[in-house]
Amino acid sequence: MVQAAITTDVTPAEASFGALCRRAYRLMLLARIAEEKLAGLYRAGQIQGGVFLGRGQEALSVAAGLALRPGDVFAPLIRDAAGRLAFGEPLVDAVRTYLGSRLGPMRGRDGNVHRGRPREGYLPMISHLGAMISVVNGVLFARRLKGQSGSVGLACVGDGATSAGSFHEGLNQAAVERLPLVLVVANNQYAYSTPNSRQFACRDLTDKAAGYGVGCLSVDGTDLQACLRVLADAVGRARAGGGPQMVVARLLRLCGHGEHDDASYVDPQLRASALGRDCLKVAEQQLLQDGLAQPAELEAWRAEALSEVERTVAQVQHEPAPDPFQEEWRAIATEALVETHAAPPLPPRPGALKQA
Amino acid sequence: MSVTYLEAIRAAQARALAEDPRVFIYGQDVGAFGGAFKATKNLAREFPGRVVDAPISEDAMVGLAVGAAIEGMRPIVEMQFADFSTAGFNQIVNQAATLFWRTEVPCPIVIRLPGGGTSGSGPFHSQSMESVYAHYPGLLVFTPATVEDAYSMLLEAVALDDPVIFCEHKLLYYHLKAERLPTEALPAGKARVTRPGRDLTIVAYSAMVHEALAAAAELQPEGWEIEVVDLRSVKPLDTDTVVASVARTGRLLCVGESWPWGGVTAEVLARVASEGFELLDAPPQRLNAKDTPIPFHPTLWAAHRPTARSIAAAARNLLRS
Repeated sequence: MVQAAITTDVTPAEASFGALCRRAYRLMLLARIAEEKLAGLYRAGQIQGGVFLGRGQEALSVAAGLALRPGDVFAPLIRDAAGRLAFGEPLVDAVRTYLGSRLGPMRGRDGNVHRGRPREGYLPMISHLGAMISVVNGVLFARRLKGQSGSVGLACVGDGATSAGSFHEGLNQAAVERLPLVLVVANNQYAYSTPNSRQFACRDLTDKAAGYGVGCLSVDGTDLQACLRVLADAVGRARAGGGPQMVVARLLRLCGHGEHDDASYVDPQLRASALGRDCLKVAEQQLLQDGLAQPAELEAWRAEALSEVERTVAQVQHEPAPDPFQEEWRAIATEALVETHAAPPLPPRPGALKQA
Repeated sequence: MSVTYLEAIRAAQARALAEDPRVFIYGQDVGAFGGAFKATKNLAREFPGRVVDAPISEDAMVGLAVGAAIEGMRPIVEMQFADFSTAGFNQIVNQAATLFWRTEVPCPIVIRLPGGGTSGSGPFHSQSMESVYAHYPGLLVFTPATVEDAYSMLLEAVALDDPVIFCEHKLLYYHLKAERLPTEALPAGKARVTRPGRDLTIVAYSAMVHEALAAAAELQPEGWEIEVVDLRSVKPLDTDTVVASVARTGRLLCVGESWPWGGVTAEVLARVASEGFELLDAPPQRLNAKDTPIPFHPTLWAAHRPTARSIAAAARNLLRS
């Protein structure tokens, strides 16, 4: 697995929870600053398509990424910039995919949050919600067939995906096969503009897990320390052979669905409630309160993250865009079976194009 | 000793399982029960743990196959009926079909679709899905018409690094027989001139090849020599063999069991019109099922799909034009 671009003074195998909190906070901070930069580039018209932020979900996401080990499987969703960094995605992969660099993992063929490195267990999402769950199951199933044990697969979804058929099929499949799947549901209260009240009618999303015979944990998604403990617990249970696990986090999306969306539909009371707390600020307070970091250190980390983001963006902005004339335009691996479609013949008269 | 189309499919799967440890089969009732059509009969016993019953979850079945393919396996997914593949459509066309192009990681999966009409099966157990899947980039679509092709093309599908939609015809399962399994094979992407002729080319695939051959036999006493081309795979489509045949005959009738709007037959006509227009002595024609859901009652069903009789009638009109 590739190493995270951010370097810290602690190793991934760090034993101390305090060190884990420090590492988690720095990754959240890097994700937040990188996404703020990407949002700025989008507003400046420098990013095609959309920009989708994880603002308010960094604590949950980073905890998911940090709970995994090299060799595990990770299928993040659109608000998992922090988790992706924690799993080992270099920042430059994200920037290259957003800016459409030819050197990025998707080479301009896919953009923004649709990125990954499948060979490294890091699966690139398609847009259809819940669809990655069964793909994670497939990787885990294959490993079992090959006699490899010990790895865990983690898929992230939101409250909206819990209404999709693929969520039902994927979770049920994992339960029937007793696969080491961890399904993380970020209940950020809205699927685009649709509130929970129009999304599901069960008392709580944790109720859904019971229907599949799947264990479920619930967590305050604004609390980094709680997220780190609960995700480690769920991943540990799956790794120990406890079958699939679900985690439901309560939080609020602190941005629009994408940067094109002003989120005017979000209930102001929710914003003012405990759900509306900014997990990054909560994590910062926890670090200071527990004496795990000093204010000057936080400032230094911020400056370092800013500089890494600026450096990466500046680098990628000078990278080549994909070239349609060099593009292979081939959707299958078997070159001999590529369809050839005859091009329209040249105009019959030599002057025809000029006249047109 | 003879072997049926269905037995050839079972034999190909048994050989794939025996020769390649990366192969496994996943589908509803495929395990101890041996599948709705018995295409996996005894395979669960012969290959323990590698012929696995799936819940009624076509979406998750294909998703699991894609994940396993990423992990280096070569899954074969059995859809109980081709019609039910629509419940896994998203994973087929958006996950499996885009993986290689997006990531350069190949997606070697085979999705077996028992399709095509059989008498009394009705709207939801009779469909021919090849045209729908052929429309999507990133998929290969095989449509074997013979016992030998069912065997060799299924083995080829498993060996290829791409997702293959393998369209089996249920009408051929039990009735179509060959003396033995083949020892050599024409590769996918190559059409075959099944019957040489002079006056008219009928292009067909899957079960329609046999209807076309029967029509050709019916027209022979009338003095017409009909050439029948079996496409074998509709994607890729062997335009060269089709155009070469039309160069010999000057007339084209393309027959398909799927519906008339667009699809394989329209694609064949479009290619011949644009690449071999000057070879045609008459407007190219096509014959498909009627533009309605597939009827249950045998009298309606027999009139819904092209048959030897309706193909012969269309051919006569074309030969006189």
